[in-house]
Amino acid sequence: MSVQKRKKAQVEQNLCVACGCCAKVCPINAINVYKGLYAAVDANKCVGCGKCAKECPASVIIIKEAAL
Amino acid sequence: MNKKAKKWYDYLWIVSLTYLILGFFNILFAWLGLLCFFIPLIISVAFGNKGYCNRYCGRGQLFGLLGGRFGLSRKKDIPKWMKSKWFRFGFLIFFFIMFFQMLWNTWLVFSGARDLNQVTTLLWTFKVPWHWAYHGTILHPAVAQFAFGFYSIMLTSTILGLITMVIFKPRSWCVYCPMGTMTQLICKAKSAIDDQRNNKQTEDLYESFEKQDGI
Repeated sequence: MSVQKRKKAQVEQNLCVACGCCAKVCPINAINVYKGLYAAVDANKCVGCGKCAKECPASVIIIKEAAL
Repeated sequence: MNKKAKKWYDYLWIVSLTYLILGFFNILFAWLGLLCFFIPLIISVAFGNKGYCNRYCGRGQLFGLLGGRFGLSRKKDIPKWMKSKWFRFGFLIFFFIMFFQMLWNTWLVFSGARDLNQVTTLLWTFKVPWHWAYHGTILHPAVAQFAFGFYSIMLTSTILGLITMVIFKPRSWCVYCPMGTMTQLICKAKSAIDDQRNNKQTEDLYESFEKQDGI
């Protein structure tokens, strides 16, 4: 079996301001603000659409290929 | 992909907008702005999350709407230094100083050392006559002085937010919002305390195991 690579959102957590803009735009609730600290992506759910990255006011979310 | 159904709290931008408008008619409404200070703090202290920023912040919604739906934002990345910790904390401290200066001015009027000054200070510099929004109060003039000072802070931060909304992304204000920085700090402290408590519990558990095993 070949290693599947899918695009996923990744958060630079130490620069995240935990505003929750990403969670608001995510169409499948794959990103959430964890304990008011930073945004956390559920990699199993995320389809890498990039809406959160576009919305993020601090621009700390990138869409990157990740091995599953 | 369906659009998410709107909840009641998605309309809180109307409240924020109304607040700003009311300050043009009667300055005493400025007192209501304290809600934007206390609610986020209470939520973060009581629940250890940023529910206010995440759901209820009407100001954030207003910027999101103007910059997003109305297209009043260039949607460019905010510069690195503006999201750095030192800038965010620096801005928080700066804001605190302004806040206490406002309280000091209120005290001066309260103690009778100074007369009521019916101006709104924008961007900490421009003194704008605002007497048309003051029709007297049955309470002490200091109550009005606080309102003028507090409204100055609210309007100034809205202007800053609007400027960064246009230049950068719609909700750029959220990056350096003093309330946001403060509530995130509280959440960090709470989470650290929780972790410590959990570690202690785990340690205690291991210790009790060791005792049982007679080590």
